[in-house]
Amino acid sequence: MLNRTAENAARATPEPLARKVRGISDKGLAWLFISPTILLLLAINIFPLFWAIYLSFTNYRANRSNEVVKNLGFANYQRILGDQDVWIAMQTTAHFVFWTILLQTVIGFTLAWLIDRKFRGHAFWTTIILVPMMLSPAVVGNFWRFLYQPQTGLFNYIVAFFTGVPPSSFEMLGSVQLAPWAIVIVDTWMWTPYVMLICLAGLRSIPEYIYEAAEVDRASNWRQFWSITLPMALPFIMLAVLFRGIENFKMFDMVNLLTGGGPGSTTEVASITLKRQAFESWRTGYSSAFAIILFVAVFGLANIYVKALNKVKQR
Amino acid sequence: MKSSLKLTLGLASAITASTAASSVAHAEDLTLCWAAWDPANALVELSKDFTKQTNIGMKFEFVPWTNYADRFLNELNSHGKLCDLIIGDSQWIGGAAENGHYVKLNDFFDKEKISMDDFVPATVLGYSEWPKNTPNYWALPAMADAVGWTYRKDWFSKPELQTEFKAKYGRDLAPPKTYDELKDIAKFFQGRDIDGKKVYGAYIFTERGSEGITMGVTNVLYDYGFQYENPKKPYDMKGFVNSADAVKGLEFYKDLYKCCTAPGMTDAYMSEGLDAFKSGQVAMQMNWFAFFPGLYKDPNVGGDKIGFFPNPAGPDAHFTQLGGQGISVVSYSDHKDAALKYIKWFAQPAVQQKWWEIGGYSALKAVVEAPSFPKSAPFAPDFLASMQMVKDFWAEPSYATLLQAMQKRVHDFVVADQGTAQEALDSLVKDWTATFQDDGKI
Amino acid sequence: MSLTTAHSVVAPSANSKRIAGTIIVAYALISIVPLLWIFATSFKTPPDSIAYPPKIVFQPSIEGYCNLFTTRTRQAPEYINSLGPATGICDETARERNMVIAGPSNFLPRFVNSLIIAFGSTFCAVFLGTLSAYGFSRFKVPLADDLLFFILSTRFMPPIAVAIPIYLMYRELGLSDTALGMILLYTAVNVSLAVWLLKGFIDEIPREYEEAAMIDGYTRLQAFWRTVLPQATTGIAATAIFCLIFAWNEYAFASLLTSGTAQTAPPFIPTIIGEGGQDWPAVAAGTTIFLVPILVFTILLRKQLLRGITFGAVRK
Repeated sequence: MLNRTAENAARATPEPLARKVRGISDKGLAWLFISPTILLLLAINIFPLFWAIYLSFTNYRANRSNEVVKNLGFANYQRILGDQDVWIAMQTTAHFVFWTILLQTVIGFTLAWLIDRKFRGHAFWTTIILVPMMLSPAVVGNFWRFLYQPQTGLFNYIVAFFTGVPPSSFEMLGSVQLAPWAIVIVDTWMWTPYVMLICLAGLRSIPEYIYEAAEVDRASNWRQFWSITLPMALPFIMLAVLFRGIENFKMFDMVNLLTGGGPGSTTEVASITLKRQAFESWRTGYSSAFAIILFVAVFGLANIYVKALNKVKQR
Repeated sequence: MKSSLKLTLGLASAITASTAASSVAHAEDLTLCWAAWDPANALVELSKDFTKQTNIGMKFEFVPWTNYADRFLNELNSHGKLCDLIIGDSQWIGGAAENGHYVKLNDFFDKEKISMDDFVPATVLGYSEWPKNTPNYWALPAMADAVGWTYRKDWFSKPELQTEFKAKYGRDLAPPKTYDELKDIAKFFQGRDIDGKKVYGAYIFTERGSEGITMGVTNVLYDYGFQYENPKKPYDMKGFVNSADAVKGLEFYKDLYKCCTAPGMTDAYMSEGLDAFKSGQVAMQMNWFAFFPGLYKDPNVGGDKIGFFPNPAGPDAHFTQLGGQGISVVSYSDHKDAALKYIKWFAQPAVQQKWWEIGGYSALKAVVEAPSFPKSAPFAPDFLASMQMVKDFWAEPSYATLLQAMQKRVHDFVVADQGTAQEALDSLVKDWTATFQDDGKI
Repeated sequence: MSLTTAHSVVAPSANSKRIAGTIIVAYALISIVPLLWIFATSFKTPPDSIAYPPKIVFQPSIEGYCNLFTTRTRQAPEYINSLGPATGICDETARERNMVIAGPSNFLPRFVNSLIIAFGSTFCAVFLGTLSAYGFSRFKVPLADDLLFFILSTRFMPPIAVAIPIYLMYRELGLSDTALGMILLYTAVNVSLAVWLLKGFIDEIPREYEEAAMIDGYTRLQAFWRTVLPQATTGIAATAIFCLIFAWNEYAFASLLTSGTAQTAPPFIPTIIGEGGQDWPAVAAGTTIFLVPILVFTILLRKQLLRGITFGAVRK
């Protein structure tokens, strides 16, 4: 179906552009250029998606390929939506998303706003700040386990140095109260630069003359911030929030390496539950249904995200 | 300058060392998959003889225990060709046999005159047979193992501590015979200052992600009367898994965890235990026998300073958790013949003897029942005693699901303080029943 | 603090600059401490790495790098003495700890896998992405917005959810644990980024160039080749680096769909363990080697970063 869309695309190319000089026509060219991408995505994304939808109505298990597959109707979906543990995982995810976004937005915006002062050397220091977000969350997240060791880890030692609490008296990853914060801290460390960078672009997109006009009107600095800076940067902030929201909603690698969902199930975000069901318990049908539910949720968010993208683009 | 030169040299030599060894041409290369631990490295050393004799090169894929089941079950289920030989965990045997991941070895054993009667019965039952108690063999017992304990002999023999202990408990400070004794000793050491360092009573398994806490808690549960199912009615678990005795056992494990372990042991398995023991943090350590040769050779806590004892008894019974693995040929391998050659070589008594000497645990009777065996290492007698009282987790094809349920229920109760022991085991019965229903077994 | 100086007619006051500068420098320094710690740990001996309190000053050692590339086994001194002299610095270091080097570790092959898969998928993604981006940029494609949304949305699927059917599909096709399978998958994920980014870059190249070329008798294809591509090189290079970074860093797919033959470095590094727990100097050494290329690229890319992370929406 999507193939045909691409063909339509080519067919509808307006006359002046479809001028056929020598060799291939514009129509053919458009088809030739776009279709490989579409075909690849059909093969690697869409076909598997439909397969997953099919599996989600069955009791299929990938580790028992020779068993008879039974059609279960909506039983898997009912089971997931009625499963207490799934709801707990969704709540854990929601907490994680909420706190990381809040912290990253507040810190990121503040940093951007400070960098916008254009002090000497700001370009250099901005680059330094950006480094964490380019690194592999898995590889660096793994190393944070070392930093969080209660006896020998640098993190506990630094906290102890500033607060006087003995370093081995608390365990960031082992305690039910602290573990959710441990992952929030690492995520904030990694991704605040991302929010900062986008906010910086937002601040720099505000035309100078608006501030000049405000100066003429003798608007206070406070007032200028609330009525000019913040509203004008808001679309950019929204963009960053949405993108981080989507990314953290599907968060897997960092949490998997830091806590693996523990202690107990306190940091078991949705992706970890899904991984356990799909690749440890091998309840393929059940986990496909779970995957589809997550996918629908992300798709909704992505839709909003793309609208926000286009809005920013028009600026 | 000098150190940077040394560094460059070192890096270069490290890289050449790692490429040189792999670039030697062999007629064929086999890949053996196992967990990353002391015995595996010893097996690398042992296998050099095999390569010398046959010119078949050996490559190794070792994965830490916490990822081991995950990674290799994933590999087997994807019908991958990574592993020609796999030393797979005892509980995988059901699934691997029923889904055709392993090559059935009966014909090969007959042809090569390898008899399962030559191996310790508990290991044949645990590592090779599926269905259990039938002569259908899917693996050769490769590494016999069970849970045991190490203790600080040097601390236990301090005269001032001995007097103090005797005054308090009315008996000698000696390796415990029962879990109640173990808890007394652990309490006695907890928080004590020894040689200027604060030490803790005991180290026990609490890991959440793979199998850790289950492999720890079962040692206590079995001894308190926990049973997997009604001996008369398979898969009937109510009143056996969540019996009053089992509840007491689970409560005991939590008490022990709360009163007598070092801080930070919320997600600890084998390696955390080794680190805690080696750094002199704990008086007693629960761990697999597999690590004891390495610990005995440890420069800081080995030799005279370390002692060993088998899993203590409980009020109801005396068991210990079975560990260990058999070696199997993966049916998706392109090198099945060479892989069988390796098993044939490995089963030879001389090779098994060397295997035990350099850090593995042979399951061959000729090795472990030799008169010299109990004297060959300080932990050898305890190992023999333990292998007489082993019990294993479910080896059903659904073992992973069953294990995950237990990991969650037990960890939630013991470490994360959620609910009561009764609730945890009741939920476990519910989870397990649902799994067996899904499987069509009930 | 004055809030608006950045944009008022008057330049920000020296004072506000100084305060802002101090805070930013402080934040930057704190945020790179973990990275410096990784680097420092890679040169510690295993006992130094777990010393309490953490050692800031220490005698540098290459043991971590040795351990990264080898596997060792602890043996009795008699056994070690029977082996003959040590063959290198790493061997010597190991023997000082009563160990012998049993063989190479798997780090090097995993690193090579990372290189092959990251560069392979980047090439494919940029190649496909450039073509499609040109198509979307220059031709009136009906439903273009929907198609572009479709292309982008594939990047938002949770990787674990995508991995379930891919796992089954690859098992049927024999692509499990192969470099080809991983290249295809990463290409599919990256092509969305490539299309969106490159469309932005190509949109910025005036159409007049091609039209002039076509009037001169070039075909559309020749015009694309001779006029558009040369002008898009910066954009293509930036896009390639973004794709490369994604493929280089990716963990979830790699950990579920590869197990050895085609496994990349990210799922491997966390599994480097020593005799007891994790061998932190070796892990740090592996992490350092793994991160260096990314640091270089980040510095090269700093001007294009913003564009890359917003799919080309924000161009500064």
